[in-house]
Amino acid sequence: MSGRVAGATAARVLRQLRHDPRTVALVLGVPVVLVTLIKYVFSGSPVFDRIGGPLLGVFPLISMFVVTSITMLRERTTGTLERLMTLPLAKLDLLAGYAGAFAMLAAAQAAVVSAVAFWLLDLHVAGASWAVLLLAVANALLGSSLGLFVSAFARTEFQAVQFLPAFVFPQLLLCGLLTPRERMARWLEILSWGLPLTYAYDALDRTTRAVYGGRLAADVAVVLGLAALALLAGAATLRRRTP
Amino acid sequence: MTRSPAITVRDLRVRRGGNLVLDRLSLEVAGGSVTGLLGPSGSGKSTLLRAIVGVQIVDAGEIVVLGRPAGSPELRSRVGYVTQAPSVYGDLTVRENLRYFGAILGVEAARIEEAIDEVDLRSQAGQRVDRLSGGQRARVSLATALLNRPELLVLDEPTVGLDPVLRRDLWALFHTLAEGGATLLVSSHVMDEAERCDWLLLLRGGDLLASLTPSELRERTGERDLEAAFLSLAESA
Repeated sequence: MSGRVAGATAARVLRQLRHDPRTVALVLGVPVVLVTLIKYVFSGSPVFDRIGGPLLGVFPLISMFVVTSITMLRERTTGTLERLMTLPLAKLDLLAGYAGAFAMLAAAQAAVVSAVAFWLLDLHVAGASWAVLLLAVANALLGSSLGLFVSAFARTEFQAVQFLPAFVFPQLLLCGLLTPRERMARWLEILSWGLPLTYAYDALDRTTRAVYGGRLAADVAVVLGLAALALLAGAATLRRRTP
Repeated sequence: MTRSPAITVRDLRVRRGGNLVLDRLSLEVAGGSVTGLLGPSGSGKSTLLRAIVGVQIVDAGEIVVLGRPAGSPELRSRVGYVTQAPSVYGDLTVRENLRYFGAILGVEAARIEEAIDEVDLRSQAGQRVDRLSGGQRARVSLATALLNRPELLVLDEPTVGLDPVLRRDLWALFHTLAEGGATLLVSSHVMDEAERCDWLLLLRGGDLLASLTPSELRERTGERDLEAAFLSLAESA
């Protein structure tokens, strides 16, 4: 693996994004619209202040999951992946390049939606907003890595899009965002311990409530560890030789 | 063949989607030559080329490329491969594509501009690839393989859909590269391209019909026209 090739790959992916301003506008704009909706749909209740903060860090995970899985699928279907596999490029260079580029996009996304939420929508959280931003980037890495991995199991873009409701929505329901996990049925709570988003959400929830400590550190370690694991699993799905 | 072979294929067997595409195929490609791999579509040309560049899972047989087993990591910077469908990024400009492939291959910026000229895309260099014509896209794909001046170039139908002037120019480029010591293996299903090759490998239904020069093909069949010569050979086989 060489940092130079990974850097060139990240630069290439960012250039592709620059040629697609509509996608960039959607990635940056949609979370702002959704957060604004939540603020006014739940006006007069404490819901916005409870889930608004954690949501800032959940958006990047979801967006980057979709964006990465589709981009990687396109790389597979247009033949560029096969071409790259004949070149002196390590699989991890390619994946690290992707993860790097989308982490940067996610940082921009989280910064925009956080700025709107804190300054325009008057979101109150007890914890530090910069910590929420860092967690957002960590979650984006997790989303990207998971997206890279699952893209190997989709043949078409239609299938790849369906992975969002299939993989991510159940995790959203179970992660504690809508109902605290300890109030769920026991088997659902146990199930939630096996899902990546649970740790991502828990870290965000603790940070926004300023409950710092060992559990938070463990959550962050799990998120980053799973991101690295998914990246390695993704590398295993990239084959130099195909049937 | 005078020089040592750049490619040696022995008893190659490849199955794709349950079909036996190549069965006990053996052939050699001379170093420093422009060798044409000709045959109708479906004859196994692309599969053979994929096996030679090491992206095809093969069932049996041996392929030695530049003294190494096909697909060896060290061959990745010595062999250039152009797929039949252009494999470049449609949402990048010509130059951005070449910069990326150039960065992977570790070539200088000046080499990128040279490659743009070699495939005659100077005036399209700043345009997005998905706004180009099919022939122009094919040339971007070709340029990415020329960047590091590989010792072996494997080109899958590189001149399909190109106008006659451009085709002539590209074949002239292929010969210039061969004179510089490179080996080129070029597939085509158009027999009139056979004329431009030093050596011909004729493939039909996964079998090697003949391995000879264009003039030997004429002599053997008594046909002046290479298309007719191929047909005569295919029918007598």
